[in-house]
Order: sequence, then C-alpha cells, then structure tokens
Amino acid sequence: MRMPLDLLLPSWPDPHLDLGEYDPEADLVALNMGPQHPSTHGVLRVKLYLDGETVVKAVPYVGYLHRGVEKLCEKLTYVQITPIVDKNDYVSPMMNEWAVNAAFEALLGVEPPPRAQYMRTIFAEIQRIASHLISIGTWGLDMGGAIGGGATVFLYCLRERELILDLFEEVTGCRFHYNTHTVGGMRHDLPAGWDKRAKAVLDRISARTWEYERFLLDNPICRQRAEGIAVVDPTLAMELGVSGPILRASGVDYDMRRDAPYGAYGDIDIQVPVRTEGDALARALVRIAEMRESARIASTLLDGVPEGPIGALKPVKLHGAVKLKDGEEGYAAIESPRGELGTYVVAARERRGAASPYRLKIRSPSYHAISLLPWLCPGHTLSDVVVIIGSIDPIMGEVDR
Amino acid sequence: MNGAPPVAASGLLFNSAPLHALVLGLVVVSLCMGVAAWSIWYERKFAARMQNRPGPTEVGPWGLLQPIADGLKMLQKEDIVPAAVDRPLFELAPLLVVVASLGTLAVIPWGDGLVIADLHIGVLFALALSSLMLLPVWMAGWASNNKYALLGGMRAIAQGVSYEIPLLLAATVPIVLAGSFRLGDIVEAQAGLRWFALWPPGPGAVAFVLFFMASLAEANRIPFDIPEAESELVAGVTVEYTGMKFGMFYLAEYLHTLIASAIAATLFLGGWDMGPLGAGVHWMVLKTLVLFAVIFWIRWSWLRLRADQLMALSWRWLVPLGLVLVMASATWVVLA
Amino acid sequence: MNPYVPVAFAILIAIVFSLVFVGLSYYFGPRRPTKTKTAVYECGMPPVGTTRQRFSVKFYMVAVLFLLFDLEAVFLYPWATQYSTLLDSFPGTFVLGEMAVFLGVLFIGWFYCLKRGAFQWD
Repeated sequence: MRMPLDLLLPSWPDPHLDLGEYDPEADLVALNMGPQHPSTHGVLRVKLYLDGETVVKAVPYVGYLHRGVEKLCEKLTYVQITPIVDKNDYVSPMMNEWAVNAAFEALLGVEPPPRAQYMRTIFAEIQRIASHLISIGTWGLDMGGAIGGGATVFLYCLRERELILDLFEEVTGCRFHYNTHTVGGMRHDLPAGWDKRAKAVLDRISARTWEYERFLLDNPICRQRAEGIAVVDPTLAMELGVSGPILRASGVDYDMRRDAPYGAYGDIDIQVPVRTEGDALARALVRIAEMRESARIASTLLDGVPEGPIGALKPVKLHGAVKLKDGEEGYAAIESPRGELGTYVVAARERRGAASPYRLKIRSPSYHAISLLPWLCPGHTLSDVVVIIGSIDPIMGEVDR
Repeated sequence: MNGAPPVAASGLLFNSAPLHALVLGLVVVSLCMGVAAWSIWYERKFAARMQNRPGPTEVGPWGLLQPIADGLKMLQKEDIVPAAVDRPLFELAPLLVVVASLGTLAVIPWGDGLVIADLHIGVLFALALSSLMLLPVWMAGWASNNKYALLGGMRAIAQGVSYEIPLLLAATVPIVLAGSFRLGDIVEAQAGLRWFALWPPGPGAVAFVLFFMASLAEANRIPFDIPEAESELVAGVTVEYTGMKFGMFYLAEYLHTLIASAIAATLFLGGWDMGPLGAGVHWMVLKTLVLFAVIFWIRWSWLRLRADQLMALSWRWLVPLGLVLVMASATWVVLA
Repeated sequence: MNPYVPVAFAILIAIVFSLVFVGLSYYFGPRRPTKTKTAVYECGMPPVGTTRQRFSVKFYMVAVLFLLFDLEAVFLYPWATQYSTLLDSFPGTFVLGEMAVFLGVLFIGWFYCLKRGAFQWD
C-alpha cells in the first residue's frame, strides 16, 4: 500500500525520515544535486531521494568550498584579516568587513568616529541592495534557465548592480573585494561629490524596484512557481537560528538594525518589511521591499554625514599599540543581506610582535539557512528544489568559509 | 498513384518530376539548415538586445559568422562516449532527431507548387513527423544511463503526450474550415487574406494561439522546455552528449522551431498568399520568420513552467478548449 | 510518380546531412578517452545507485489517457475533411449534431477523468 504523502510529511515534516518507512514499492531514486550543478548557488550538494519527480528526502552536504578562513585568521594580524574575510560572502563583501572589524573593535575597546560609522552604514545599505539584486536575479535564473527568460531578469539586475559597483570603485578603487574597513574606522574617505552621485544611483534603483516587483507579482508563471512553495515555519526557523529575509518573510518582525542598533542605525528609524506567507514568493518580495528601504536609508544618511576623521587609530601602529590579554573575547553581529552575520574573536598574546586572534569564529546566516533544506524540500518536485535553494539564497563561500 | 499530381505543372523547376523533387529537397533542406544555424546568431543578438548587451560581435561583421565558428568548434570537439551508455541508441539519437525534424520539411508548401511532396495527407504527415521527434529525445535520455538524462527523457514523453492532443485538435480547425488535409488546399482556402487566424473571428484566433502553444511545447521551447531544463536537470537529455552530437540536438531544436513556425504560418496565416499584395515564397518566408521571432521573444521573456503545471495546463484547459474549438469551427461552417 | 518518393528524397537528404556532420566530427575531433572522462555525470560525485532500476512513472495514467484521446482525435480527422462534402448531402443540423454527440461523449469522458483525479501528477 502506498502511504499518502501528507501522512508522512505533516506540516512540519521529519527531515530524518527513515527511508525504510516509506512505501517500499515507491522505487526511490537517489540523485546527487551538486556540487557541480548550475543551480545550487555554488557548490552546495543536496542528495535527493526521488519518488518519480517528488522529493521524499533531501540531505544537504556542505564543505566543498572550505578554505579554512577561520584558521587562516589565527595567523594574521587584525588588520590583515579584512581582505581575507572579504571573500566569505562574496556577494556582499562590505558586510563581512564590517562584521569582522566590529568584533575587533569590541575586543580592543575602540569606537570608530561618527563619520566612519556613517560611511559604514551607507556602504552597508548600498551593498545590501547589490546583494539582493543578485539574489533576485539568480532566482530568476533558477526558474527560467540561463538560456531563457530567467537570464533576462538576471541581466536587468546586474545592470543596476553595475552602478553600485561603480560607486564603490570610486571610493575604494576596487569593484568587488574592497578592503576598505579597518579596525577603528575606514581606509578611504568619500571623494568629493560622491554623495550626489550615490543619491542619483539610489533614486534610479529604487525607482526600478517596481520592475522587479511587477516581474514577481504580474507574471503568472513566476507566481505559479513560487507561491506556496517551501513555506517556512517561523518556530522551526528560529530554532535553527535562521535570520534575515527568510525569517521576516515568515512573519517574525526581527531586524538587528532596528532592534539592536549599531553603526549609524540609531540615528534613523527603519521600516522593516515583514510578510506572513513564508513562501518563496514572500521571501523575494521582502528582499525587494528591503532594497527600496535600503535606498531610502542610504539617501537619508548621505544628507547627514558628519565631518571629521575616518579612523580612530592608526592601523600601522596596531601591532604594538594595543595590549591584549590572553583569552579576552569580543562578539559583534550585524544584519547582513542574509541575516545575522556575527564574528566571535578570542585574543591571543602577541606573537612575534603581531596582534593576532587566538580563535575567530564567523556565524554565517547562510549556514543556518541551509539547514532548513531537509524540512523544505520533501513533498515538492525536483523543479521546486532549485526554486527553494534560490529563495533561501545561500552563499557557499560564507557557508563553508 | 494516390491523390493529385505531386506538383502543379507550372511550378516544375525541371521537366522531370523526380529531379524537381530532388533538387527542391536539396535546396529546401540546406536552406532550412542554414536558416536554423543563422537563427542561432539571430537569437543571441535578439536576446542580447533585450538584455542590454551587445551579443556576438567578434566573428565577422556584427558577429554574423558566429554560427560557422560554432559549427567548426563543435566539429573539433572530442566526441566523448561515456562508458555506461547504451551505445547504438546513444549514437542513433542525434541522427534521428535531425532526420525527424528535416523530414517534416517535405510537405511544407513554400509557394504555389513549391513543395517537395504535396501529400494529400500533408497535415497529418507534418504533425506525425514533428511529434516523432520525441522518440530520439527519449532514446537519448534512456541511452545516456544518467539520471538527469533519464528524468529529462521522462519529462519529454510526459510533455509530448500532453501537448499532442491540443495540437491535433487545434489543427482540426483549419481542416474543417478548408475541408482538406493538403497543406496547399488549406493555403488556397485562405486566399484573399481570409486567414484562419482572423476569419472565423473567435475560434480561428484561439485555435491559432492553441496551435502555437502546443507547437512550442513540441519543440521544447521556453516556457515548455522542461526536458532540458538546464537549471534543474543541468541539460536534461543532452547532458552526456558532446561535440557535434550535442550540436545535432541543438540544430534540431532550432529546425523544429522553424518548421513549427512554418506549419503555423501555413495553417493559420495564409501561407504564401498575401491577398492584394500578391503571392510568393517571400511572404511565406516572412510569415515564418515573424513567428520564429515571436518564439524568441517568448523565450527570452518568460520563465519555465514546472512539469506538473505544464501537464495540468494541457489536460485541464487546453484539451477541453480544443474540443470546444472544433465544435465552434464546425458550427461556423454550417452557418456560413 | 508516387507522391511519397519526394518524401523519401527529403528523408534521404536529411540522413545524408546528419551523417556528414557527425562523420566530420569523427574525422576532426580528438579521441582521448580516460576513465574520469567517460564516467557518468552526476554533478561531479560518484553516482548513487544505478539508473537501470525501476523508476516511478507518475504520469502513467496520463499516458493511457493520451492513447484514448489521441484515437478520438484521429476519428475527428476523416469527419473534418469530409465535413463540407457531407453538408451538401445532409442537413447541417444533422452533420453537426452527430459530431456534437461524439464530442459531447468525449467531453463527458474528460470531465469524468478530471473528477476522478486522473490529471493529478503526483
């Protein structure tokens, strides 16, 4: 007898389903999806057990992009770590830099000057837009294929992102891995007239967010593919430590920028977009609303950037200037585009005249989001799996570190 | 000898009918392959323009020689035959897929008398051969001994069995209106701009859209390209094919699209006839290419449907719609 | 000349064309198979299980229905071609009515399948 799927998979399905308990006549096929797969956003590997095209069980495997970043950081000085962690969440490098430097500042007890705080916040918000653009665009690729309508969405998103990269290039000289944050402040000051250009870009982008919203809402195919797919249970999500847009799309009104302000977020009130549907479409809509909100925050902050120094201490002097005791620790977290991006750092005694951490741990939001997959995939078809992976938007560089 | 003479006496290129057919066949087949290859350039350029990028520019002026470069590249690629494949089927599938699509060309009338074989069951022949393309696709999916390919092949079959019926039902409408299976007769019945897509104002237009949709599904174009769905099945049935064998699938897809456009233009848009503007091959070619461009347009603006949604769309909406259309067109004939 | 001879020509030309293309690639392409190269692609991992196993085909019912409906469509075709001719010798309501009955039965069959959930994919 074939057991109906909804008996096996209640609203909160058991991801560790013993396949022996599933219908023995179902002829399950085990299929590796990834690591070399166009739609697993890098090198995520999901082992799927398929009954026809329906997924019965999904087991994600991570570690195919492990570079040992955390271990590497133990060998580097606090100043040298920034360009390394740039490559973690390679879609939003500014966030990595800020998260790791905020932890070092907490450890060293340094407060960046207000101008640096404002610059960080503005950069972070602009970076959030760029990151969400990639997220929406690649989600389009997942639904429509690299040689189809999805590619059109993707390239429209990249068109806007290009403007943002130009802005960052003007400040830092780099388009991607900026290395502009440092312990106690920033390396590069804003060039003259940058704020006007940035505002023009932000206006343009926030005017264009309607295009993406219309693409999602007015396109019946997109709605059919995304609506009601992979509904995330808020309790489950919180238990797994999921944060960011995934949690906000499930009705949990939690945003660190508003609830635990850091940087310049205390000076501005933030409307946090929340949706209650919890499905893939809601997650994308939350991201689009966040893009619009980020553009507003960044434009508002650009008006009030205070004058003054951009660094609290001279980076070159960091070697000897700061005396740290063994075992002192610091933690700082910021709201990255994917959720709570935290860094935990334990200080070590100076080794060979260099101040390096004894241990550095990065709490990456994507890692926690990936752990949702075993709950989300069962009951959906193989085609839905790529939509689900796209909608939780994991960055494997950040997951595997 | 069944049916009417194969070609109208006025349309003969040579005195001998077999020679005429052979030469015409060579010309049409090579032209269509050329158009299909060139259309890859056109599609890439078209897509690039839709996406704010220049597209191919390097090979020749405006990248026009890109298909030739692609073809030469494919010829030089290693032909990898995975160890676990079912060898005969694996080798045969890319050949059959092109043959199935090129065979359809035999009955398409490009002008008055300009048809390789004017069969009296032209519509049936065209539809039969174009759905025969499913077979090599499934062969490739099975022979590859790869789960992605197998899933792709399964989907191809599922999609084929779903969209075959709306296709047949939609094709019944022009047959009822023209009272003939012969594609030439259907074109002549539409003489004077009484296109079946326009003339019975309701059913004709709906039948045209239905036929066009079902043809897209048969040709595996977005939004119905689930057998190769590269975002989930990597490349579906073609995943284990390399070099020219992959190129054959690629070519066949474009050929199939081109031929589907030609059949739709013949059945619903009046074929080579353009009423007061005269008649000729150029009108047929123009109509075909316009439909071809519409397919590109659809492809680069739409997302892909899920397999079960695709089947549900066909069985829940298109099949009953097709039945209603047949009835409506029959009623139209009685009333007219 | 038999009208199917040109069809045979067209198919022959198609076969020759495709053989030439594939043959040329045999001639020009290198041939250096290695164990890894000829392995089955499963996203870079050693395949789990085999492909040659029983596979759950969910659209089995749809495939059976396809046969039924396809046959019905084939029945429609002779009627469609002879429709105008029939109209000359029989009253329109009769010819139309007969087809309406046929299509009506087909429609009832479709409706039955729909309600029995035969179009459910999984």
